[in-house]
Amino acid sequence: MLTKELERAGLPTSHICALTPVAQMVGSNRIIPASSVLHPVGDPNRDPAAEKAFRRGIVEEAIRHLQDQSNG
Amino acid sequence: MDERNLQSNREFKTHRSPVLSDSDNSMLNGVRIHGKEEDKMVGKPLRVVHYLNQFFGGIGGEDKAHAEPQMKMGPIGPGKAVQGAFGDQGKVVATIICGDNYFAERIEDATTEVMNLIKSQQPDVVIAGPAFDAGRYGIACGAVCKRAQSQLGIPAVTGMFVENPGVDLFRKDVYIIETENSARRMSDVISKMVNIACRLVAKEKIGKPSLEGYFARGYLRNEVSDRIGAERVVSMLLAKLRGEPFQSEVPPPKYDRVKPASGLKDLHAATIALVTDGGLVPKGNPDRIQAREATRFGSYSFKDTDGLNPDDYEVNHVGYSPVFVLQDPHRLVPVDVMLDLEKEGIIGKLHKKFYSTAGAVCVVENIRKMGQAIAKELKEEGVSGVILTST
Repeated sequence: MLTKELERAGLPTSHICALTPVAQMVGSNRIIPASSVLHPVGDPNRDPAAEKAFRRGIVEEAIRHLQDQSNG
Repeated sequence: MDERNLQSNREFKTHRSPVLSDSDNSMLNGVRIHGKEEDKMVGKPLRVVHYLNQFFGGIGGEDKAHAEPQMKMGPIGPGKAVQGAFGDQGKVVATIICGDNYFAERIEDATTEVMNLIKSQQPDVVIAGPAFDAGRYGIACGAVCKRAQSQLGIPAVTGMFVENPGVDLFRKDVYIIETENSARRMSDVISKMVNIACRLVAKEKIGKPSLEGYFARGYLRNEVSDRIGAERVVSMLLAKLRGEPFQSEVPPPKYDRVKPASGLKDLHAATIALVTDGGLVPKGNPDRIQAREATRFGSYSFKDTDGLNPDDYEVNHVGYSPVFVLQDPHRLVPVDVMLDLEKEGIIGKLHKKFYSTAGAVCVVENIRKMGQAIAKELKEEGVSGVILTST
């Protein structure tokens, strides 16, 4: 719901979330699957450096979606 | 004789309120009163005031839509059907007539002016319209009814067509009988309106919207069923699978779709902000954001050197276990990675505040308002794109 109001105001918004079917149902436009409900952009099973690299991968994908012009 | 017996006899001799006919036809039958002769609630007829627009009030058409509120004694036009529906139980003592444009152009003030006239008659009940599909009239009827209820504490009932804007504006506050989009079935509609009004005066329970013919007001009421929930839902499912009609007990919400905003054309010039609904807040939750059904959000600055220090934050959110996020808040709000991207020149700027609320068991309307408020602030601060992280 937050993402829709932000988009409505003209701010492209990438939604990193664990429950992607909910985001689809509610209507977020740019959905990126999160790592987990408990750590959307993290992974405690990895060592800190690897976890940060993993986090960066998800964030970079979110940024790519911000540039998406389709249907815009 | 046993004294206890005497007492119980007395207890059964209760007063019964008038029970009205359930028939859909006009109220010409009047009222059937139950109970013994001495138990009959004989009272004076209810004092009824009727609100009409300039057209139904007989003073003119669009040419008179600017007419100021005026009062005429007794029933006028459709008021005569209202009087007929009340029969002996009510007397339409006065009719207030107001032009649709006069009202629409100054809704609050016009409502007050109309209320002053209504008040002077000391009514027991107000009937407005019905307005059918006339939008300005529907808004006036809804406004008058709502104010009569809150200011005078008396029942007020109206009637409208489903597409009348007055329906969505006032259905939560006022009983609005559903009508067609023309005045063809005026007397049927008036019968239903008067029927509900009388029962409201007698403080009787009003049944389900679909049965009684009014627009659902948004209340969920518990009632006892002859079958347990599991049986009811399975039979609904079987009906659905067979392609048979079924009635959902709780209709699912409908979500609108929003056209995506234009994508960022130049990442190097963009300022990106982080927003979360994972409930990350500074220790002590200074803005007292609620952990569920949140109505508030906060914006929290961070230094571009450090990112988010776990000692400075806590999680306020009933919907997930915050253990991992408390160890490292970047697992929810990726400030560290975004700072790197900014330093490397891949993005123009990271906005040095993150926005936060708790997205647990939220009321859609509250989230909408928060989203609008956050968007406004972000735009004022020159943000061009957002990454929102949810648990």
